[in-house]
Amino acid sequence: MEQYINLFIRAVFIENLALSFFLGMCTFLAVSKKVTTAFGLGVAVIVVLGISVPVNNLVYHNILAPGALAWAGFPDADLSFLRFLTFIGVIAALVQILEMTLDKYVPALYNALGIFLPLITVNCAIFGGVAFMVERDYNFSESVVYGIGSGVGWALAIVALAAVREKLKYADVPDGLRGLGVTFMTVGLIGLGFMSFSGIQL
Amino acid sequence: MASAKEMKSVLFGPIFANNPIALQILGICSALAVTSKMSNTVVMCIALTLVTAFSNLFISIIRNHIPSSVRIIVQMTIIASLVIVVDQILRAYAFSIAKELSVFVGLIITNCIVMGRAEAYAMKSPPFMSFLDGIGNGLGYSIVLLTVGFIRELFGSGSLFGAQILPLASEGGWYVPVGLLVLPPSAFFIIGGFIWVLRTFRTEQVEPKE
Repeated sequence: MEQYINLFIRAVFIENLALSFFLGMCTFLAVSKKVTTAFGLGVAVIVVLGISVPVNNLVYHNILAPGALAWAGFPDADLSFLRFLTFIGVIAALVQILEMTLDKYVPALYNALGIFLPLITVNCAIFGGVAFMVERDYNFSESVVYGIGSGVGWALAIVALAAVREKLKYADVPDGLRGLGVTFMTVGLIGLGFMSFSGIQL
Repeated sequence: MASAKEMKSVLFGPIFANNPIALQILGICSALAVTSKMSNTVVMCIALTLVTAFSNLFISIIRNHIPSSVRIIVQMTIIASLVIVVDQILRAYAFSIAKELSVFVGLIITNCIVMGRAEAYAMKSPPFMSFLDGIGNGLGYSIVLLTVGFIRELFGSGSLFGAQILPLASEGGWYVPVGLLVLPPSAFFIIGGFIWVLRTFRTEQVEPKE
């Protein structure tokens, strides 16, 4: 149990997807003007990461990994070179299914997340989470914890940035730096703050 | 066939006038983490430029045959296949760099520049122009990345491409490296500064007050 809590805290703070690996930066910078929209996107990312990391974990260990097709009678097959294509396909399909399910059964949530769900397919945070899961060789239960944890970390980061940007509107920023430039610098400062977690040993 | 002038603007426009990173907010995702060393940066730039150019080319060739309801999946498949080729080549010929870039090669798939150009340009332009547009946007991305990588490696660790340029104080030289530049967040400050400089010279890019 302790191992999972450690993994969760590591995924949220120490190895934050947005602020220590810079994943999902495009949406991170583009959709962080208001706290409410940032929060909606954050929740959507948590849901999609929490589902797609474990599902891709199953796909990888049962079909793609070297020797994984032994159950089908191909003990020598190594399909791992197909992983990028498979993962992105699985993510796109999952997002589509999630969208249709939400639309049918939980319309309120669908309306809240609506516009963000399709955007998430091409969000590098999702793909990055899946790629890290393969590279670090997590097992199934670890991948569930990692998926949710890294999603929470990303959501936390985007809400924090949106809160700062709401206040920043009242600041007198030099002309060339206004908008995108000062946002970059803000993210850099938040990133420096998050680096203070990196000394923690778990 | 497009005129030479148009070709020039498609190829060189994205470098300063319409830079993908500084103006379109595309492709920042995987860019920042690979810029601490020049050698990684160069490999990443070449990989991204090739993928963007060829994905634009192939998507443009079949653009009239793609039903618009499944175009995202078709684009994704083409891009992912190209990235697999790049990844396999890197693993075969530059294994140590492939290891250092780790997941970031795979992340070219979700790099918004590739998708963004495929969707915005290649879907409605002839193949050759799309190819040029891909190279141009790859160059625009590369110039930002190379600037950041140059500053970070030269002043952060006193070297370029791994060769020592400024002798370090810890090894008997005179240069005391700026430790901040080795840390990942420094890339944000440098890109922020890059945008500031760019917009000081091109005032039409300044964003209006809210």
